[in-house]
Amino acid sequence: MCRWRWLGIFWGAALAVVATIPMDATAQQCPKGKLRIYTSWPMQGAMIPEGTGMKNGVDLAVSEAGGAVAGYCLEIINLDDASPQTGKWDGAVEAENANKAVADPLAIIYIGTYNSGAAKVSIPINNRAHMAQITPANTYPGLTKKQGAAPGEPEIYRPMGFVNYFRPVPADDIQGAVGAKWAKRLGAKKVYVLNDQELYGKGIADVFEATAKKIGLAIVANEGIDWKQPDQKPVLTKVRASGADLVYMGGVIETGAQVIIRQMKEVGLVAPRVRFMGPDGLLEEELLKGATCEVAMATEMRVTFAGLPFEKMKGIGAKTYEEYKKRFGKEPTAYALYAAEAGRVAIDGIKRAASAIERAKDITEKREAVRKAISTTKNFDGINGKWSFDANGDVDYDTMSGFKVVKADTPIGCKFQFESILE
Amino acid sequence: MNWHEVLIQQTINGVTRGAVFALIALGYTMVYGIIGLINFAHGDVFMLGLFISLSYFTLLGIATTLHGWHLVAVLPLVFLLTMLTTGAINVAIDRVAYRPLRHAFRLAPLITAIGVSFMLENLALIWKGPAPIAYPDLFPSVDILREWVGMESLLFITTKDVLVLATTIPLMVALQYFVTRTRWGKAMRATAQDKETALSMGIDVEKTIILTFFIGGALAGAAGLIQGLYYNIGMWWMGYQAGLRAFTAAVLGGIGSMPGAALGGLLIGFLSAWSDQYISARWTNAIVFSILILVLVFRPQGLLGERSPDKA
Repeated sequence: MCRWRWLGIFWGAALAVVATIPMDATAQQCPKGKLRIYTSWPMQGAMIPEGTGMKNGVDLAVSEAGGAVAGYCLEIINLDDASPQTGKWDGAVEAENANKAVADPLAIIYIGTYNSGAAKVSIPINNRAHMAQITPANTYPGLTKKQGAAPGEPEIYRPMGFVNYFRPVPADDIQGAVGAKWAKRLGAKKVYVLNDQELYGKGIADVFEATAKKIGLAIVANEGIDWKQPDQKPVLTKVRASGADLVYMGGVIETGAQVIIRQMKEVGLVAPRVRFMGPDGLLEEELLKGATCEVAMATEMRVTFAGLPFEKMKGIGAKTYEEYKKRFGKEPTAYALYAAEAGRVAIDGIKRAASAIERAKDITEKREAVRKAISTTKNFDGINGKWSFDANGDVDYDTMSGFKVVKADTPIGCKFQFESILE
Repeated sequence: MNWHEVLIQQTINGVTRGAVFALIALGYTMVYGIIGLINFAHGDVFMLGLFISLSYFTLLGIATTLHGWHLVAVLPLVFLLTMLTTGAINVAIDRVAYRPLRHAFRLAPLITAIGVSFMLENLALIWKGPAPIAYPDLFPSVDILREWVGMESLLFITTKDVLVLATTIPLMVALQYFVTRTRWGKAMRATAQDKETALSMGIDVEKTIILTFFIGGALAGAAGLIQGLYYNIGMWWMGYQAGLRAFTAAVLGGIGSMPGAALGGLLIGFLSAWSDQYISARWTNAIVFSILILVLVFRPQGLLGERSPDKA
């Protein structure tokens, strides 16, 4: 009994001490009060590592600023947009998250989503509330621009008529263009473009085709395949008959690329006669397992990647990379540093809008001030170098990297190795 | 490659593709012939065949390309085990989902068939996960013309193409023999023709149905194994697509007719390969199903089927 009482007193005292620290800090650093940053992406199952990585990225950006900006304290509210039933992103949950954010009178900015499909749901909700949304990971072009978009995009996401969605990551269409330029540099003359007829794959393939034609690279065809068919030999026979020296496939590993690569060898499509190239949807070890290292190397498989690999980053990028490793004790996940970038863009926006926020009558005006400030972000010192937002809310840089499959001492026998910086 | 080489190569591609469809189509047609049910779960038994055969290879500790006596000993063994397993699964499906509805309204077993199909797909999804499964390169792939014959040709024929034909053709011939020449085959034909009369003649109709399901499942399992060895990839949802094409093949050949199913499978194989070449891969499904519609409109009994008023 006695022991319990002492324990109680001890914990009570400890809690009181802990409780006073942030209150004092708030009083000192936040004369103007508190603002909330909302984040939303899947935080379940297979997405836990990436979700946590992105969360760490935003934490890093906020802690760099000392948890406060222009007299306002920043609080991060992390939301999960996955459905507990499926463990995958869910439009209904994402809508709920966005509504929760816009209903909060302290919410100033929305960082998310991971999935482009989820962004389609939250952008209009935030748009109506004048709230800026910054994604660390969405790459579907139609969210911001006409090129590679479905009919009606991107206007349908902007019911109020202005841009509130910003993307510090390059969209897929830029990657398609960079791929075409790389193909030409590698000496390709005649390209057979295949696509999986899906949002991502076809979008990239179409831009590849358009850019290739512009730079004088011959395109035999841009053909949609039936990726549900495990036999792509007839299509590859056609490729062979065409005399193309490069196969470019817009797709992800689940949509046939694995089969295409694997069967290329079966119909004699191997280097030096024919090579293979694809976008970052194929940059997965799983692909090499399925396509086999032997064939991936025989076709001199190459993939493009939107951005630089972390270890090749310079300046702010290199610093962020080191900082991240030091603070969290592990390698950043694919989009973790982009989340840090999104957080910094948000903080920079709040800083530049500070006086307007102060003058604002209500939260909507405050959010509008921040949205306007972010939309005029120019020469931002980002992880991939200096960039600005264009009128669509997209970055204007196109520095990317190219990877090649090489023999390696890994369980599967090969790996993707950085080959060159692409522009 | 000039045009005739392309045509020959696409025809070879079509034969290998079609042979697998034919094997699956046989299961559809047999079950339809005997109980008048389109067994929509059949394609998924084929998918399970691929996964199960992979498990047998793993159990036997085989993960690399087979050679020499290994090939001769292990491959038939796995074929046998896979066929027995999928045959048994098909019998179990009949027992649970179709047998209780034997005398029910025709639509009832059709609906349970769709249910079983979903169930098997999800089972495979839980078992193997959503990503495509890499099936190891167990069967040696040798470029016959270049490596064995020493001929420099633009055509590609590999040992895997030979494997497909060397397994599907004997299976089809054996089935045809079984159905037309054995007592059990006779019982199957009798049951297909008229269940009541067959019963009054002393044929154990239920046992005959079980046998039919078993053979159909075993053939689907063999097709799954062949698919795995040939394409080296498996997906949990692949049964649906393959099933649909095989079903089309069965209808094209004349549902209920076994030579018809084999012919239909091959034709669908050719047509889809040619369509990939001369039209576009994105139109292939449309072409295949247009042909199905044309057949249903102008020759509902199929190419080799017989017109019978009591079968829809």
